[in-house]
This record gives sequence, C-alpha cells and structure tokens, in this order.
Amino acid sequence: MSDLVRNIIRLAIFILVQVYLLNKIPFLHQFIAPYLYYLFILWLPFNISRMGLLVIGFITGITLDFFMMTPGLHAAACVLIAYLRPFIIGILAPKDATGFSYREPSPRAMGWTPYLIYTFVLTLFHHTYMVLLEWLSFGSILSFIIKVIATTGISMLLIITTELLFPRRMKFRTNTA
Amino acid sequence: MRNIFLFIRRYFTFLAFLVFQGLALWFLFTYNRFHRAKGLGVANEITGWVNTRYNTVQDFFTMREENRRVHKLNDSLMNLLSSNFLKRDTSLRLVTDSIPYDTLGHYRRYLERAAEVVYNTVNSEKNYIQINKGSNQGIKDNMSVLNSDGSLVGRVINVSPNFSVIMSLLHVQNKVSVLVKKTKSAGSISWDGKDPRYLVLNNISVSDSIVKGDTIITGTYSNSIPFGKMVGTVAEISRDQATNFFILKIKTAANFADLQQVFVIENLQYDEQEKLLEETKKKIIKE
Repeated sequence: MSDLVRNIIRLAIFILVQVYLLNKIPFLHQFIAPYLYYLFILWLPFNISRMGLLVIGFITGITLDFFMMTPGLHAAACVLIAYLRPFIIGILAPKDATGFSYREPSPRAMGWTPYLIYTFVLTLFHHTYMVLLEWLSFGSILSFIIKVIATTGISMLLIITTELLFPRRMKFRTNTA
Repeated sequence: MRNIFLFIRRYFTFLAFLVFQGLALWFLFTYNRFHRAKGLGVANEITGWVNTRYNTVQDFFTMREENRRVHKLNDSLMNLLSSNFLKRDTSLRLVTDSIPYDTLGHYRRYLERAAEVVYNTVNSEKNYIQINKGSNQGIKDNMSVLNSDGSLVGRVINVSPNFSVIMSLLHVQNKVSVLVKKTKSAGSISWDGKDPRYLVLNNISVSDSIVKGDTIITGTYSNSIPFGKMVGTVAEISRDQATNFFILKIKTAANFADLQQVFVIENLQYDEQEKLLEETKKKIIKE
C-alpha cells in the first residue's frame, strides 16, 4: 500500500474514532477529555516536506472541527504541532546516522524513550494551545492548568495503549530498494 | 526588493505557519462571536450525512429510554381528553380557556416540528447538537428546541438546507431567562462548564422562599421560547455572600447525554415582535 492511500485511510479512521468513540464517552469529569486524533500527524512519514506537514495538519484539524462544530480550534493546534514536529525529530535523531532507517516515527524506529518524549512534547504543545484558546473565552487559570495536565495524561495513556495494541509492521528501509 | 524575496524564501515555512494559524484563529473567533463560520453550511451537510449513518446504529440502543419519555408525554395528553371529564351540572357552561384556533391556523402562535438528533456531545465546554431538519423544512435561526418530553434543550444557531446546529443549554455562552414556578420570580440560567447534569441559576433574591425540588420553567421575556416549559428542578441552594441573591444549582429536566427526538418550536409572530422592538428603539432614539 502506498503512503498516500495508507494515510488517507488512517485519517478517516482517526477522525471517526475521535468523533464517534472518544467524544461519545459518558461524562466522567469536567477535566477529562480524551484526545487521540492528532496521533495521525505524529505518525506521518519522516520524508514529508515541512510545507506539506502544515497543509496536512490544517486539513486534519479543520475536518475534526467541522464534526465538533468548533471551526478553527483544533486546526490551530494541529498546525502548531505540524510546524514543531520537524524540530523535535531533529533534536531526537541519532547523531551518528544520517536519518532513521524506518519510514515513520514509531517506538521501533526511534526506541521507546525518544518516541515517548517526542509524543509527550507534541501532546503538551497541542493541548496547551487548544485549552488556551478554549480558555480565552471562559474559565479560571487554575482550571486551565489542571485541564492541560489531565488531558495530556489521558492522551499519553491512549497513545501508549494504541502503540501496544496496534504495532505497525514496517519494512526496514535499505539503500538497495 | 531582492532582500525581501530572499527573506520570504528563507522563512517561507514559518510564514506559511503564520498564515495557517491566522486562518484557523479567524475561523475560531468569527464563529465564537457570531456562531456562523464561512463554509460551515456545506460542511454541515457533509457531517450531517455521516452523523445520520451513525445515528441509525445508535438509535437501536437508546430506543427504550426514548419510548419511555414519549409514552409519558402521551399519557399526560390522554388524561386531558374531554371524554375523561364528566359534566355534572347542565346549567354550567363549558368554557375553554385556551387560545381559540381554526383549521387555517390564524390564531396559532407556536408551531412544533419534530426532528431527530444526529450528533450531540456533553463533554465539551461548548456543546452543540446537530439535528436532521434544516431551512428546506422551515427551520430558522433562534427557534427554540424542546426534548421529546417537553423540556428545554437549546436554541437554533445555524441552518443549512437539510441540517441545523443547536446551541445546547450546556454551552458556557448560553443564557436563558427562567421563572421559579412557585414564586414567579425571574432569573437567568447559564452553565458553568462543570457538570452536564446541572445548570446555574442566578438573580433570585434571598427574600424568596426556595426549597430543594422547586420547579424552574421558561420565562416570558423571550420571543423565541414559549412560556412555561420545564427547565429543571432545584438541586442545591447556596447564598452569594456579596449580594443578596441565591446561587441555585438546577438539575436539568432533559437528560442531555441521551437526546434523540426533539421538537423545534417556531414562534409564528417572531418577526412581528422583533420588528416592533426594533422600531420602538428607533423611535426612542429619534425623540
């Protein structure tokens, strides 16, 4: 399957899971809002151009926004993490190798610790920015901080669960291919 | 000039990032202020179509609760049938105190349209509901929406040809004028974004005798919401120390996590009333 087809299917699945599964979870507490859809941006291949990342990030966010009737909210957060993604990968890339030997970021490609740092930093940026935009119209500073921490924790839990439940089989990239 | 082009080329990604951010934020803030976003009408049709598919599956699991509500409403209407009443004294004249109506609907004030909820959330701070009727079926902005058992749900804020978006009572920018049924004192109800089972009612003076379980109904101040519809019951009473008002926690009558069939209420004199208000304002300014 080509990268394009694979990622289109992935986007559809992530949006549907977010809209019809995670958003439909019965109310538990005001700070608990499970988010997973932006993992799509984190899973995009390494070789996409930075411009391409921004466009894909915007499309991902605005698609979810139209389902949740909050135009712009998730799009803004997605564009932010799409912009920051290459920098974070650059910091975490192994110094001796010219690049990664796998196509996409995954625990197998990067190792568990760098991968978790990568997801954690981008999750934190995504949630901080999104909750900040929500909070501008309403709420107190304490609820803002608690909500960022709580949603980040839940999202990390969801990401780790997803990685363990659906390990992506990927071909090792060689020069001969 | 050359330097400008060099600058643009060098920071192209960053500039693109700023453009996308600006676009997203512009969408967000125009929507928050006016509840109308560019292109949301088209998007509404598409998401509505997907939501309808999902809803056919969901209906299957929640039909029992819906059935119970409709049955209850039916029961209360059956009890009003004239055949249930016995006229004891023939010298008494039967008087109906409801607004008379003819079949042409000349005296009709409110028109109800049944619709089905296709998407609904309670977990956000700004919850919206999508229903499967739109401008083609006569839905307009600012119509109020009632649950299948007659309790208040929200207000229509955006319409596309076949779907419309409702601002739920569970929306932090929502404000509805209500009455305490027993004492007839008016206040305004809003949501604090915390628990979707409870709303907050302010502006009720402490001189009122309020007890737990008092009924809160919709008020008379709104042109779009009919008077006397159930909103909720008082669940918790506390006093605001700074002012002489109660802070009341209201348990909503409608279960927002489980909305399915709703009624959209149209006030047939809405335009006339709004026009009158506008003209009155103009007249006052002139004088």
